[in-house]
Amino acid sequence: MCLAVPAKVIEISGNRGVVSIRGNDIKADFTMLDDVKLGDFVLIHAGFAIKKYDPEEAREILKIWDEVREKT
Amino acid sequence: MSTVEKFLAEIRAHAKKLAPAPARLMEICGTHTVSVARGGIRDILPENVSLLSGPGCPVCVTPDSVIDAAISLAENPSVVIATFGDMMKVPGTEKSLEKARAEGADVRMVYSAPDALDIARRNPERKIVFIAVGFETTQPGNALTIERARAEGLKNFFVIPAGKLIPPAMKALLEDKESRLDGFLCPGHVSVIIGANAYRPLARAYGKPCVVAGFEPEEIIEGIAMLLKMLAEKKPGVAIQYRKVVDDEGNAKARRILDRVYRAGDSEWRGLGVIPESGYLLRNEYADFDAFAHFGIEPRASRPRKGCRCGEVLQGKIAPFACPLFGKGCTPEHPIGPCMVSSEGTCGAYYRYNRKQV
Repeated sequence: MCLAVPAKVIEISGNRGVVSIRGNDIKADFTMLDDVKLGDFVLIHAGFAIKKYDPEEAREILKIWDEVREKT
Repeated sequence: MSTVEKFLAEIRAHAKKLAPAPARLMEICGTHTVSVARGGIRDILPENVSLLSGPGCPVCVTPDSVIDAAISLAENPSVVIATFGDMMKVPGTEKSLEKARAEGADVRMVYSAPDALDIARRNPERKIVFIAVGFETTQPGNALTIERARAEGLKNFFVIPAGKLIPPAMKALLEDKESRLDGFLCPGHVSVIIGANAYRPLARAYGKPCVVAGFEPEEIIEGIAMLLKMLAEKKPGVAIQYRKVVDDEGNAKARRILDRVYRAGDSEWRGLGVIPESGYLLRNEYADFDAFAHFGIEPRASRPRKGCRCGEVLQGKIAPFACPLFGKGCTPEHPIGPCMVSSEGTCGAYYRYNRKQV
């Protein structure tokens, strides 16, 4: 039940916004994080962002997403 | 040599150093349970190393008393029960929420606490009761949702406070003489919130290593290698394999949210009984959100379930195969205990992926 997935922040409005999980856009709440910016990668659990990835990890996630896209 | 082969070689070397003594390791996370079973990780471990699945599935550890109370609330025509999907099929003493729904109760599946709050906003004439199960990962979101309900002045949103804390359960397992645990593979996303430092008092007091691991099979294998290294070198401590998202401190902002809404209190776990300070109970300021208090319900103590050994499975005392009901009478289609119901339950995971061992 503690499943959480990486997602890219694509819209911010106050403490909430929209994230993209490999192309699927979902609403997310950023209240638990500081300084969330457009393009940041965050870990999403049950609609809440619980952790911000550092830029190096974010690049790694993008690479994996691209690999998956190429294979499917 | 691939990275995985390197870690497996380390595992074998450390296990050899420890042999003939056994190393009984336990993971406490439903996602680990599934990944370990699906990846066949137990099959590749040395003979003296066992990896047990502990009480890491929030649905499985929710006692009958809570399920029965939720069902009795569901039978109140003014009530809508909002719950995570896995809770629907868990059999209570007499029936499941799914059965109650078939009999006419209004039970709705939600993916998050805010979904339940939405139902409350849209149905002001009904009383919405959200079953707030979940560990440290899920509870900050539940707590924020309760704060929002308060800020919006919603008078028809209630929760069954069924959230639980992992470290007190680890302590209870270490205190239990029959469990005989040597180390913990700690839950990855719980640790995002509480930080690896949360395990240090346990590692120190009991001399047992704790490693926070990710969920890919290779991450779990590396985590096991790290645990065995600490055991072989007799240097039990706390380490992080899942550095991508876990650090020592955790998410302090999320913990402040938890502190505003909840206090830690005694809580009943299936199989483990009442564990001190292991439940997220509502603070007095939020007592009016407590569904039990609002509807005047006193959960009755759970009675042992005949034949089902889920409680012992959750404590790592027996493997699911040792339960006489496993695969015979108790299957994912017709579950008797919650460990078979939940997609993350130990029995369900063994049934789907490891049945050849029966």
